[in-house]
Amino acid sequence: MGLRSYIVARVLLTIPMIMLLLTFVFLIVRVLPGDPVLLHFEKAASPETIELMRQRLGLDKPLIDQYFEYLAGLMRGDLGKSMQDFSPVGQQIFSAFPATLELAIYSTIIAVGLGIFLGVRSSQSYNSPQDHSIRVFGIVVYAIPIFFLGMIFQMVFGVFLHWLPTGGRIYPGMEPYGLIMGDQYISTGLYTIDSLLEGNVFKFFQTLRYIFLPSLTLGLVLCGVFIRLTRSNMLETFRLDFVTAARARGLRERTVLYGYAFRNAFLPVLTMMGLQFAVLLGGAILTETTFSWPGLGRYLVDRINFRDYTAIQGDVVFFGLLVALVSLVVDVLYAYLDPRIRL
Amino acid sequence: METERGLRTRILPGLTALTSRGLAGWMVVIGLGIVLSIVTMTLIAPWISPYDPSALNVGPLRSPPNGEFPLGTNHLGQDMLSRVLCGGSIMLQVSVLSVLLCLTVGVPIGLISSYVGGALDKTFSLIMDSIYAFPGMVLAITISAMLGRGVINMALSIAVVYIPSYFRIVRSHVLTIKELPYAVAARSIGAKGDTILFRYILPNVVPSIVSVATVNFADAILTAAGLTFVGLGVTKDIPDWGWDLTDGRTLLPSGAWWVITFPGVMIVLLALGFTLIGEGLSELLNPRLEQ
Repeated sequence: MGLRSYIVARVLLTIPMIMLLLTFVFLIVRVLPGDPVLLHFEKAASPETIELMRQRLGLDKPLIDQYFEYLAGLMRGDLGKSMQDFSPVGQQIFSAFPATLELAIYSTIIAVGLGIFLGVRSSQSYNSPQDHSIRVFGIVVYAIPIFFLGMIFQMVFGVFLHWLPTGGRIYPGMEPYGLIMGDQYISTGLYTIDSLLEGNVFKFFQTLRYIFLPSLTLGLVLCGVFIRLTRSNMLETFRLDFVTAARARGLRERTVLYGYAFRNAFLPVLTMMGLQFAVLLGGAILTETTFSWPGLGRYLVDRINFRDYTAIQGDVVFFGLLVALVSLVVDVLYAYLDPRIRL
Repeated sequence: METERGLRTRILPGLTALTSRGLAGWMVVIGLGIVLSIVTMTLIAPWISPYDPSALNVGPLRSPPNGEFPLGTNHLGQDMLSRVLCGGSIMLQVSVLSVLLCLTVGVPIGLISSYVGGALDKTFSLIMDSIYAFPGMVLAITISAMLGRGVINMALSIAVVYIPSYFRIVRSHVLTIKELPYAVAARSIGAKGDTILFRYILPNVVPSIVSVATVNFADAILTAAGLTFVGLGVTKDIPDWGWDLTDGRTLLPSGAWWVITFPGVMIVLLALGFTLIGEGLSELLNPRLEQ
């Protein structure tokens, strides 16, 4: 099978999964015990108000009609209206997305970088005190609630040492514009990139100061998996002949480690990055709430506090689609890098 | 004369067997120690707590740790030591319930689906894979927000997230085992389907289920803490480490480190205990991983 037909097959496989996911979310929000409209008002509204709300949101129609309207809406990119002010949920999600994306990128860099580095060190010193302490480190970071780690960082680096800010993306009013072209701005919504496009180094360093603690928190919690995976893959690879051959040729240990053994051990790490993306998004909700980071996760928690069930549904659907997209991209990338998959 | 080692083996046969097996064995022993201590502490907490954990103003507000209040007090003047001693019960209940739910739903579905195969297996696998691919925390939060508060609802929303893990591990084992010679031999001498499934295959799947379930305790505890943190906890009236940690967040700017540190460390210890047991067990039960 060529790469192109593999991609086509993989995309076709994603469709039933997305359909299932959309149905599942619909079932949770609309069919599980607990009427969204009644829950929204906490039973403290007149029957007329409740009926009006149902009509405006289209929740008075039969369930099956609601289901198809929901699907048709999604096809048009319509994620529904907020129960709070009837504004389109899609727009709010669209403006919150870059914050989550930026957090996800930096925490992945930290998680994968730290995981690979510690994993290689651990495998290199197999069964030594260093190996044991790295493994214990991996287990301990797995057991820390993300928000607890975040709060400790806020306490130490923000409250006691005053080194780093404890919340937000940047000082209010200092948001970078992006690339300025005449009176137009081209912005990515990723503040670190926008500040560079604007050519403002001061803003760039400020955005880094703000993003450092949230991404370190999320990255640390996620790095355990990468440590373990890198370690076990490296240990397997060390036993292969080509590593022995490289050593026998007298190559430097670092070249053998990173140039030979690690290249072979990297593919599973790539797959794991795809699998961990869902975990990352889950962790992002808690990290964003801890650090008042205005992304998709904090939006979800906000909407839960307002009992805004249509917005919750839209946000959850978006999370699901994002995960499906990322796993598709990772699989295609994997097939490109490892031709055996396409067989 | 009996040697010390011989004596120990006679009194605690399992312990020596574990500790003589290197790091993995020690992980199980330490993990068990942590978990059992916390369970005991939670059970006897009502008798050993110096104050009523929910009573307001038993001491000054936001007092740092001192002789009278070894772990300090929070912004409501509640004694943190009493709250830490009593605060584990909800998390333990939620995690035990959710693991039980996962076991009773995930394992049988996995067994039957993979043994029967065909369209049934395809359908279940698709459903389970879709849930598995979904961000667990998002799913748990959504279900929990719809179901409302309560220990059972919390356990339910956590169980839905983790059932696919059990399904997948059981399924992958059954698919391998049912083609092994001894299982084929059982079929060839005329053993019935359920006999093969429960008497021949299940016993060989149990070790993996046990290690998944133990690690899953830790996941359930962390998810429960996360649900509490986003405001979907059981109720504020019952002392709970999750609530204290969530509440403590508002006190951060004042530098009241003791309000979050002690409940947080308890959650870490409990989750760590279960993770250590699970990790250790999976290494002991899977000798293949050892070099």
